[in-house]
Amino acid sequence: MQAATGRKQRMISYAKYGYIFIAPFFIIYAFFMIYPLINTLLLSFKENGSEHPELWVGLQNYQWLLFGEEGNFAANAVQSKFWESLGNTFILWAGNFLVQIVLSLLLAVWFSDARIKIKGTGFFKVVMYLPNIITAASVAGMFMMLFGNSKYGAINSLLLSLEAIIKPIPFVNDVWISRILVMLIQSWMWYGNTMLLLLSGIFGIDPSIYEAAEIDGSSGANTFFRITMPILKPIFIYVFITSMIGGLQMFDIPYLLHEGTTVRPALKTSAVFIYENFHMVDNYGYSAASSMILFALTAILGIVVYRFNSDSTAPKKRKAK
Amino acid sequence: MADSYNFSSADYRRKIRFHSIVRFIVCLLLTIISLVPLYIILINATRANSDIIKNGVAFLPEGSLVQNFQNLMDPEYAHGVYHRTFNLWIGYRNSLILAGSCTLLTVFFSAMTAYGLTVYDFKGKKFATTFILLVMMVPTQVVSTGFLEFMATLKLVNNYIPLILPSIAAPSTVFFMLQYMKSSFPLDIVEAARIDGCSEFRTFMQISLPIFKPAFAVQAIFAFVASWNNYYNPSMLLVNGDINMRTMPMMVGGIMGLSTTTDYGVQNLAVLLSILPIVVVYLALSKFIVKGVALGAVKG
Repeated sequence: MQAATGRKQRMISYAKYGYIFIAPFFIIYAFFMIYPLINTLLLSFKENGSEHPELWVGLQNYQWLLFGEEGNFAANAVQSKFWESLGNTFILWAGNFLVQIVLSLLLAVWFSDARIKIKGTGFFKVVMYLPNIITAASVAGMFMMLFGNSKYGAINSLLLSLEAIIKPIPFVNDVWISRILVMLIQSWMWYGNTMLLLLSGIFGIDPSIYEAAEIDGSSGANTFFRITMPILKPIFIYVFITSMIGGLQMFDIPYLLHEGTTVRPALKTSAVFIYENFHMVDNYGYSAASSMILFALTAILGIVVYRFNSDSTAPKKRKAK
Repeated sequence: MADSYNFSSADYRRKIRFHSIVRFIVCLLLTIISLVPLYIILINATRANSDIIKNGVAFLPEGSLVQNFQNLMDPEYAHGVYHRTFNLWIGYRNSLILAGSCTLLTVFFSAMTAYGLTVYDFKGKKFATTFILLVMMVPTQVVSTGFLEFMATLKLVNNYIPLILPSIAAPSTVFFMLQYMKSSFPLDIVEAARIDGCSEFRTFMQISLPIFKPAFAVQAIFAFVASWNNYYNPSMLLVNGDINMRTMPMMVGGIMGLSTTTDYGVQNLAVLLSILPIVVVYLALSKFIVKGVALGAVKG
């Protein structure tokens, strides 16, 4: 009895260290994330612009951003800009994800195929992941050098000298060409990463399932849709949602991909909208309110991921052993 | 192995061979796509402006690399446009300081947090773990307005502190380390150290940290790359236009924001130099990195 209480006391005394070890994380997180989040929420209820920055306006910023106001020019202008930026974000993300997922799924299935071996898989993985570690700002710079609007841009000058085109293609100034360019750049950067994630999911699948399928005479496509895809579903959804969350923050490449000094309107994403309202227009209210809307979207997506994460921890642990 | 139930027919083997070659060719094409933009930048960095204007794409290097480098570094060149926006050594120095200190803080404090959550039993432990899992997905961008306004109140704008200190709290790194410790950290070691009279902090620093080294390496690389590549946060916070504070991505951004291009060769070289260190590090450590992507990655 006495021993038991003595032991209990000892455990309590160690508990103190638990708090000490995790304290720095939580103090810093509260200071640099939670308070700023609350602050953003507060700012989103305040008046825009530099005239009355301290005036409380309730939900007006949200109302203007989301719905505009009849007869109010400023409100309707900001509303259309906000929805445009959200639309741009979605278009750019969706196109990029489509290309990226098809490529990386194909590669992941190929690289994990035990029957049909590809030579140099290790090398391919290294090269395909390479674009992901390059600074996004430099990637934008690189593609600007290649896809410049004028006849001096590398691709334009190549096409002109081959006489494939008569006048330079305005790669960056054209609405859809520039969007497709951003989508392809994003896919170029991320397909290696997604491929490695999916690959790790496929390697978790018990190879005996594939052997059994093969003995039963299952074709390659059949095996893929009936076995690989259902087992991959959790990691697939995880990739989908994390990519979507990442897509909501897309900033560097759309922001930097332009000639001259202004961002292309067709490439203004939500993150660019927030940045511009904060820095150039000094509309803290708008940038705060749109941040909160993005936060809400991210939170919803995050909860979905969390669900899948906690569901999939059980098989992962078994694998680790 | 496949032969055992396919009766080793020549037809089957030919089919396998055919598929293998097709796949290899597709992979080769993707390799080329992955490398071509880099290659063109590399080649164009060695070419003179006049040549690039004549023909934008070349496949063999030419002799103007040194001249381009001298022009990039020359304060007088092109009326000082490049010198004002892009300073190689300052950029390297600043990015190295920021990425280096962020990496150290992230790795050390994430290990400490994960250790605290693994080794000790205390009230609220489950809540803390769940909290970290939950906030893992919350990007810093969505709080940037409140963050910046708060930093302005504290007079910390144009300061490195708000770029470095937050890296102490890196939820995704903590999450990864938690997973790692759960699967491969022997708790008995802590017990043994206690019996030997080792203090809790010494146990962490001298006994546990060395065990975490493999996990460290991977997370350190990712933290370093993420911090080096960060463009959004520094350009939000460092707004006074002082070139001495700018990071490498900001300098590239500055070159992109120039109203006219005066020298394509110099600009290609600037972009190339901005990514050179990270590519070299990647090629040296690619084995660990490629293995580590699926372990800790939550960024999309």
